[in-house]
Amino acid sequence: MASFALDDDGVVVIIGSGAGGGTLAHELTRRGIKVVLLEAGKRQTLASFSQDPGVAYGQLTWLDARSSSGNWAVAQTTPSAPAWIAKSVGGTTTHWGAVTPRIADWEIRARSAYGEIAGTSLADWPMPFEELSKYTALAEARLFVTRRNGIPGLPASNNFKVMYAGAKKLGYRQAHTGYLAINSRAQDGRAACIQQGFCVQGCKVAAKWSTLYTEIPRAEATGNLDLRIESMATRIEHNANGRVNAVVYRDAAGREQRQKARAVCVAGNALETTRLLLLSQSAKFPRGLGNSSDQLGRHYCHHVLGFATGVFEQPVRMWRGTSQAGLIEDEARNDPKRGFVGGYWLEMVNMDPTGVALAALPYGWGRDFADVMDNYSNLAALMMVGEDLPRAENRITLSATTRDSHGLPTAHVHVDEHANDIAMRRHGLNQAKLVLEAAGARRVLLSEGSPSSTHNMGTARMSRDPALGVTNPYGQTHDIPNLFVSDGGVFTTPAAANPTLTIVALALRQAEYIERQLGSRAI
Amino acid sequence: MSSREADRREFLKRTGVLTGVLALGSPLALLVPGRSWALDLKALTTTQGQVLLAFARTLLPHDKLEDAAYAAVVQSADADAARDPALRQSLAQGVDSLGAGFATADEATRVTALRRIESTAFFQQFRVRAMQVLYATPLAHVLLGYEGEAFSKGGYLTRGFNDLRWLPDVPAADSGPIPGS
Repeated sequence: MASFALDDDGVVVIIGSGAGGGTLAHELTRRGIKVVLLEAGKRQTLASFSQDPGVAYGQLTWLDARSSSGNWAVAQTTPSAPAWIAKSVGGTTTHWGAVTPRIADWEIRARSAYGEIAGTSLADWPMPFEELSKYTALAEARLFVTRRNGIPGLPASNNFKVMYAGAKKLGYRQAHTGYLAINSRAQDGRAACIQQGFCVQGCKVAAKWSTLYTEIPRAEATGNLDLRIESMATRIEHNANGRVNAVVYRDAAGREQRQKARAVCVAGNALETTRLLLLSQSAKFPRGLGNSSDQLGRHYCHHVLGFATGVFEQPVRMWRGTSQAGLIEDEARNDPKRGFVGGYWLEMVNMDPTGVALAALPYGWGRDFADVMDNYSNLAALMMVGEDLPRAENRITLSATTRDSHGLPTAHVHVDEHANDIAMRRHGLNQAKLVLEAAGARRVLLSEGSPSSTHNMGTARMSRDPALGVTNPYGQTHDIPNLFVSDGGVFTTPAAANPTLTIVALALRQAEYIERQLGSRAI
Repeated sequence: MSSREADRREFLKRTGVLTGVLALGSPLALLVPGRSWALDLKALTTTQGQVLLAFARTLLPHDKLEDAAYAAVVQSADADAARDPALRQSLAQGVDSLGAGFATADEATRVTALRRIESTAFFQQFRVRAMQVLYATPLAHVLLGYEGEAFSKGGYLTRGFNDLRWLPDVPAADSGPIPGS
């Protein structure tokens, strides 16, 4: 691994090592570009991933308290944890479920497809679908996604057999074990999935794609990557011309350091990226970097989520097997006759007893709650992931009440759900209930209280018009040509698909653009 | 007496111990010598510990689950309270609000008492703690049939991940090959 000097102003500094930052680091370094990669968290290994879920949560999670408000359930149920994001080398690709469906053509022209809807800030993505698709296909190959490129699906587990039986009885046509960035066979130097069911705790056999053990070590092997762990960026600085030129961070010992930079790419997940750009406000950029349009932090989307848990007469033992290897595609379509625009995916989900109690079941306690838990072995579960509609007032700001260990304000998340979101959740949960009942459930419990969000999008939206967004179609900020956003924040609208595949696709595309911009001395 | 000594005496006076006896055939019997168990509390009194144990059992009443499992919830609260004086105070006030007779009251009475405080931060935080800790105990895992991590045994690939037989098998096109077969 390389080591670059703090005053080396020829390096590109990337902040965050997850799906966006980790992929971008590999793509730039393999092109001969020097990269300093700042990661706030520690570096785990396959051996150090804990199999104690409580310990694993602490290993991988960004634990700082945040604050939240609005009419979404999170503001009542877990107000200090509006999002569950990672703080670890590999970012959320360490704990993700690796579900990788594609965004659909009509989803990236949502404003045109759905029309004008009051109370939303719908817009079309500033790129043709063919352009996005080209890079989505490259991302699928990079991630070895199942059911793409001739790669077989994962074998059906117990929980999936329940989902599949119900789906078929209900008349759904497209149900299968899913598109997953999890090895159904040994490939890419990584093992095949052994169905251990601890995807969220970090995959100890590396069957699940994570930048931790793919993109990052490959970037290190180029000799062009300087990865600095436990290095928390606190401020991005700029020169008199309004170009960014350094990143200030706290190192592992808590000392303040200042790395000079030719360009800076922020990939901290929408919450942390927004926070850092807001914290970097200056006399020249009083609303924060990249925010002359006042769009930074707005249009925050997190998907319409809901859980359905069925109680069966016979054992399911859903904990056995890959956490999310099951998908129903039929509802991922735009059919306003259902009472809402946009679509959703029904995804199988396995949970341990704590997960069922805290996330999947509706709020409760007492005899009835304990009776459901007594039936844990006989439970099957699925969740919905749907497109929420962007709203300018759904917004990440700096919290007035919560601070991190450096004394800096953490993110505040405000969400008021749109009526379309609520109608979609009602429909999705009812369909999930019908699936479980068709498979024989004697009782189905629906959880409308979405737990902490893991899909965070829209806060640095791409736009052609600088007045309407934060970044251009390459994630380059409109205000500052050598400042980029490289995470889900750039999504103009959220679509229904789990976002990681698209984050990787956009990072692959952004890397080509940055290489061209550096080569032509545009930045 | 210095104020520090006064703090120390106060601290010692407040701390307590929870005790119990394991059921015959308890899975824990393999781990502890004899059948009786004792939990030394670092920040809470015996009475506070007993009230919180009854609180946890009323929230999540599994008749087949012994007190030793619920004691783990109390132990978790006690450990945090020993580090965080504000939490210790809020637990003490919460316990006071339930009244001294709570621990020995019948279940209906305990449920009524909890309903009264359901909107408080004390209740909500303890509810989440009870779920996080109780359902992560080995005793609860045995009760629920949960088998936990399988990495150390090669995963569930050869340990029943697809052994459900009361529904039809999934056609190959919608499933996938089993690695190594």
